[in-house]
Amino acid sequence: MSVLAHVFEAAGIATIVLSSVREMAAKVAPPRALHCEFPLGRPLGRPSDPEFQHDVLARAFALLEAPSGPVLADHPEVIEADEQPLACSLPPRFDPNVAPAVDEARGLRKAYDRTLARRGVTSVGRAVTADEIPHALAVLDAIANGQEWTTAGIPGGNTVAVCHDISTYYEEAALELVDGPVPGGRAMEDWFFDKTAAGATVLAARAAIRDAGAKFPIWFYMTPGQR
Amino acid sequence: MNGDQMMRAHSATLPAPEFPNPAWVTPKPLAESMVAIVTSAALYAAGDEGFSNADTSYRFIASDRRDLVMGHWSPNFDHTGVAIDLNVVYPIDRLTELAERGIIGAVAPRHVSFAGNQPDDVATIRLDSGPAAAAALRKDGVDVVILTPV
Repeated sequence: MSVLAHVFEAAGIATIVLSSVREMAAKVAPPRALHCEFPLGRPLGRPSDPEFQHDVLARAFALLEAPSGPVLADHPEVIEADEQPLACSLPPRFDPNVAPAVDEARGLRKAYDRTLARRGVTSVGRAVTADEIPHALAVLDAIANGQEWTTAGIPGGNTVAVCHDISTYYEEAALELVDGPVPGGRAMEDWFFDKTAAGATVLAARAAIRDAGAKFPIWFYMTPGQR
Repeated sequence: MNGDQMMRAHSATLPAPEFPNPAWVTPKPLAESMVAIVTSAALYAAGDEGFSNADTSYRFIASDRRDLVMGHWSPNFDHTGVAIDLNVVYPIDRLTELAERGIIGAVAPRHVSFAGNQPDDVATIRLDSGPAAAAALRKDGVDVVILTPV
């Protein structure tokens, strides 16, 4: 972002960066940066909080008054990513003849469809559609249980893309199943990996692919790095 | 160390390109300025081409679109905030309100989205796709951009 700020400023446009990594903003020194120590992925801090978002924008636009730069200011509030898993109920076991993750994913389909109807758009679809999520989980379950990953038929042939679709399917479904305050920055991730059969399946398949000697990017980016 | 702390610590060690002669624009009054959003969230309007991993290109997003797909390849940040409220990454409704209140002059007709996970040398966005997107916005009459990272 700080690189692009220099590029856009050179084209004659005044720029303001909402910085998320202070050291990088200090090093690249874009003309104007407001560092926001907010959860990564939420540069304006709080979803569904227009007042807070306007506060961030007002502080950002105020930097346009500086007579010279570079200017690096800090938003006074720090928002920590919530490390508590989301409280979200999961469907009961329905079909004992399929892997738990497959059963679970099928059970979440109605919730996913409700989110899709409300939002009108989904970010599932990089490698598989929602229809194919249970099959994708069946393939990962087979890999976790000893199937050779190179011949398992990973949908789309891309481990990272299919895991993105699985976790996004769960996240979008969960948005319909939770009440109360907006979940914090890592709450949904913690729920997926710590509480769901699908999360456990992705982690187990990732470990199996790693142990089979696959190249680093093929297995590592199947989940967040700290997993 | 939690996931965000780990990512911030890692990002702080990435190579930082140098800009020995940085440009500086003296902006005109905000109330007369047209404002655009430039994001690195790899957002794109449904139906447009998605982003590949380490994609150096960009997509325009028309101001009236809200059906945006999150196309970022990194699993290392929260994707749910933007699913709950687009404005936490792409503050299009907030800019519209600021224009209605006369605080900014106008919202640009289109905005720009890049993918944040760029090759380490960032050569293409610095020398090719970045300048092309900037020239297009300037041609639209954009005076100010706010850059939102993920």
